[in-house]
Amino acid sequence: MTDLALRPTSAGIRRARTTWERVDLPRRATLSAAVLVVVLVALLLFFILSNGLALFTASHVALSSVINTSWNPDAGAQTTFGILPFVAGTLGVMLVAALIATPLSIGLALFMAEVAPNWARSITRPAMEVFVGIPSVVYGWLGITVLVPYLRENWAGIGFTLGFSWFAGSLVLALMILPTITSVAYDVFLAIPADLRGASLAMGTTRWQTIRHILLPAAKAGLATAVVLGMMRAAGEALAVQMVIGNRPVMPTSLTEPLTTLTSQITLDMGNTVSGEPWNQALWFMGCVLLLISFLFVLLVRRFGRPGEMV
Amino acid sequence: MSIIATSQRVGAFVLATAFVVGACSSSATTAPAASAAASAAGSAAAGAVNCVSGSITASGSTALQPLVDAAAKAYQTACPNATIQVQGGGSGTGLTQVLQGAVQIGDSDVTAESKLQPADAATLVDHQVASQGWIMVNNPDVTGVTNLTTDQATKIWTGVTTNWKDVGGPDLPIVLILRPQSSGTRATFKKIVLGGATEASGQALTEDSNGAVVTAVEGTPGSTSVIGFAYYQQNKTGLTGLQLDGVDATVANMTNGTYKLQAVGHMYSKGQPTGLTAAFLDYMLGPDVQSTLIPSLFYAPVSK
Repeated sequence: MTDLALRPTSAGIRRARTTWERVDLPRRATLSAAVLVVVLVALLLFFILSNGLALFTASHVALSSVINTSWNPDAGAQTTFGILPFVAGTLGVMLVAALIATPLSIGLALFMAEVAPNWARSITRPAMEVFVGIPSVVYGWLGITVLVPYLRENWAGIGFTLGFSWFAGSLVLALMILPTITSVAYDVFLAIPADLRGASLAMGTTRWQTIRHILLPAAKAGLATAVVLGMMRAAGEALAVQMVIGNRPVMPTSLTEPLTTLTSQITLDMGNTVSGEPWNQALWFMGCVLLLISFLFVLLVRRFGRPGEMV
Repeated sequence: MSIIATSQRVGAFVLATAFVVGACSSSATTAPAASAAASAAGSAAAGAVNCVSGSITASGSTALQPLVDAAAKAYQTACPNATIQVQGGGSGTGLTQVLQGAVQIGDSDVTAESKLQPADAATLVDHQVASQGWIMVNNPDVTGVTNLTTDQATKIWTGVTTNWKDVGGPDLPIVLILRPQSSGTRATFKKIVLGGATEASGQALTEDSNGAVVTAVEGTPGSTSVIGFAYYQQNKTGLTGLQLDGVDATVANMTNGTYKLQAVGHMYSKGQPTGLTAAFLDYMLGPDVQSTLIPSLFYAPVSK
């Protein structure tokens, strides 16, 4: 690539490269940015792993005390660092949020891509973007001042006696991942070649039949990617969820009951533990587990392929 | 002690500050920072504030933070060449950071020995600056309960008593709201009131901070929790404060020792403090903070 400058010019005279061309600043700048990112990720991984695994290597906590359902970090001889309630809570809150958000998001994306007239699209797209920009603490705040009291006052009959619950967490999260899933799904629908639509409509199908039998099957892999990206965001969210789930360190049993998540417990405890003690290392290990979860999601996304590649 | 008193320029500034702040505080006598600054400046004119220039950071306990923050403001008002940053983060953060040398002062609700390795704890020097009190609070729906004995509270917090009617209240399930296990508030309550018994966290809610606890208790019928005095004073209307063993939760009862739900606030330095760190810690133990600032923020002094 750099040899371009060595080629004879149109006049046939070989020109010496200028200093600027020899240094090739743009290439170096972009390369160093890439190297920096890779190094940063490697350092982060190393730091989180070394702190998390110190729970076993330095503090000699038994694996059975970590793969356990009881969280008793300060119980002397009975101390256990069971992280299963947090893992189950994280996955549970995330899955229910995805269940709520997916049909809504795909419906919205279909509307924007296939149905909406231009003026409606010019409203929904910016509205989506505003959605993404709202800080999570605002969602949490709305959750605790509106959603939690609403559940407690109106749905107490079916078990929401506290309001703080699995369902409240999932509902807040669903709202937060809605724009993520919608915007990826929207791009997926836009990437479907117009020929498919044209061919289908030319055969006399209705718009719904085209969507149902042509577009949705064509978009399947891309939509799966959209949902997984949404779930990734859901797994990492801490603040908004923490404010509405009640943070009860038990295995989740019912949508109406409080539970807790990995991120929530890490933020609850991190300021009050000191580095080097097993409790603190257990929090780092929970960070490792979160990392593992998002790593699995990245693998899933790669497996499904990126939007635009799948048709 | 006489470093600044010899400087006319600083003295004039302090007097001017005293005048301005004094004028303000006559209209808002309860504003703690203002009145403290006034008294700090007033005594500075008498040569009481040992001004050292420099820049230090204190981090740690959020329970102690309002006091350290107000004291730092007052000190900086008296000594414009000093910069004292006060951050929260929790007792564990304060102890870790002061140990690593990231900050000069680590604030903590609990002793360094209880958190750190013995060898590490030995490198820190403890400065006990105030006593802080906590109060049990109920949602106002829980009528008729104004006092809990240690025994009643223990039964409630360990999940033995689950309905308010068992302690003289209405027929309403008890909703226990805890702080995280690592919190200084929870550790203190567990030690002093529960006698070390384990809370029924499997039936409780857990909230992150004093503020989140206040919101949860105000909103959840039948709920009960424990918060710092200062936070109770700011949120009295939505909460019912309880007596412990028939003793009112007041600074006076804390000072005379009859109210037992209290603990000493620690400010740790790494090794013997020097420079501004030493001057500020002296100031924390001096009359401006101990006699004026501390009562106005609902703490109790340690120095008699």
